[in-house]
Amino acid sequence: MTVNDGRPLHRRLHPLHGVVLAGTVPLFLGSLLSDLAYTSTYHIQWSNFASWFITGGLVFGGFALLAAVIYLVRAEHRHHHAFLYIFFLLATWILGFFNALIHAKDAWATMPTGLILSIVVMLLACASTWIGFARFGVGGAR
Amino acid sequence: MNYFASNKRLFISVIVAGLLSACNGNDPESAQYGNSPELPEPQRGLLPAMTIAQPAPWGDQQPTVPQGYSVSAIATDLKVPRQMLVLPNGDILIAEGKGGNAPALKPKDIIAGYIKSKGTTSVESGDRLTLLRDADGDGTYELRTVFAENLNAPYGLALVDNNLYVANQDALVRFDYREGQTEASGAPTKVTDLPSRINHHWTKALTASADGRLLYVGIGSNSNITERGMIAEVDRAMIWEVNAETGAHRPYATGLRNPTALTIQPGTGQLWAVVNERDEIGPNLVPDYLTSVQEGGFYGWPYSYWGQHVDDRVRPQDPQKVASAITPDYALGSHVAALGLDFSEASMGAEFADGVFVGMHGSWNRENPVGYKVVFVLFRNGRPDGQPVDFVTGFRSDDGKTRGRPVGVTVDPRGALIIADDLSNTIWRVTPTGSQ
Repeated sequence: MTVNDGRPLHRRLHPLHGVVLAGTVPLFLGSLLSDLAYTSTYHIQWSNFASWFITGGLVFGGFALLAAVIYLVRAEHRHHHAFLYIFFLLATWILGFFNALIHAKDAWATMPTGLILSIVVMLLACASTWIGFARFGVGGAR
Repeated sequence: MNYFASNKRLFISVIVAGLLSACNGNDPESAQYGNSPELPEPQRGLLPAMTIAQPAPWGDQQPTVPQGYSVSAIATDLKVPRQMLVLPNGDILIAEGKGGNAPALKPKDIIAGYIKSKGTTSVESGDRLTLLRDADGDGTYELRTVFAENLNAPYGLALVDNNLYVANQDALVRFDYREGQTEASGAPTKVTDLPSRINHHWTKALTASADGRLLYVGIGSNSNITERGMIAEVDRAMIWEVNAETGAHRPYATGLRNPTALTIQPGTGQLWAVVNERDEIGPNLVPDYLTSVQEGGFYGWPYSYWGQHVDDRVRPQDPQKVASAITPDYALGSHVAALGLDFSEASMGAEFADGVFVGMHGSWNRENPVGYKVVFVLFRNGRPDGQPVDFVTGFRSDDGKTRGRPVGVTVDPRGALIIADDLSNTIWRVTPTGSQ
């Protein structure tokens, strides 16, 4: 556990936590861009890419969520930012999971719900990452 | 998804009920037989409804046949028997094998593939033809030989004079056949290659025209509904007409998603097919069907089903093709998985003399399973008429155990229906009592 050494209330994110958290952004962005490519070209491979991007985003997001929960449990001061952070991560993951199920439909059956969810999940991933880094991450001090 | 919880060995159930309430709240077997089946609106929950057969041994049990008929297993321990051919001397040839090499493209393919494999045999593909002989006509097939081996997932079989045609999953080949032979005299000759890239639906159904000059080969689609891309569907979902002598081919009819069995109607020479339709748009869509196949006809896949009902999952759409789509003759019910077809004969008994037998492998994409039986469709004036009648049942009993899954059905003119069961790897023979 961190001893209060005059530094801020919150511990910084562990580097691995930072990696998996930040990783959700390009992965969910990838699914959004792939969905856009599929809607404009009808090339099924874009839809396949979107499926795998979402799966990757869920794996990274799942680890980020796990790390966030561990962080919360171990924190000396459970700041409300931590709950907000977990809330956004959880929302990202749950909607991302729904999006994965939508993307498991065949061909154009993924649309338009898949694209809408990809936009929402990408924004949620950005928000989670923003909160994670802004409140606990880079630079540490607040 | 819940299912027959009273016995968990019965069926593996694979659905989260809460996610599906909108989709599967009720999927009664609606009246989906005949020429104007009820077609509900397409629907699908977050997960496709799946109830996978859980294999169980037959033990002392047997399939159920109508009164006045008896059933016996004439061959067991085969290696995935699919289609059969009764030779002129009464010998039975059985094509054994399992094909396809479609790669998983999405996480879904890996998961669904694993789940579905639970409902099929674990025996390896035989890739061979087995011959059965009942020399004394007592109903016991005392001789069993391997007629040919090292084939590639053989399925359709046809005999024209001394030529035995076998539709492998990648090529149509020909053996020389002399009556009485129990083993092929040599390796087969290739008549023509068949479309085999991916082979999502790998079975190549086969029948010969009445005059024997032409062969018809059923080639299934490379996807459920174009989820492997449009390019993968070139030369798929159609019936080829192949010149038996030269191997030259042309599409005879198109838009047939998976024509799994072909046969020629006695007397008329008309080609008939059973076709498996698309999944994942609800328990009562889309009916598999029996149809006479019109030369040059387009039957809808992938753009539309049952005539002009547009399938919105397909992009780009093709309104012109939809406008030209033919409505099939006779619906057999959604998801029944019709894999066997043969015209009956007078020797099958008066009640079942005029019509076709259809082998139904049984559903996966449905909460309440359907199929898993052999039905008889009565013909009147050369056309299917009325409701299908159960002919052989008991493959999946009411307690849910699944002991067998019918594939090919073949009428032995001596008065028997031969049924290939690719779950228990058995050949069943149903005869009117009194005849052997």
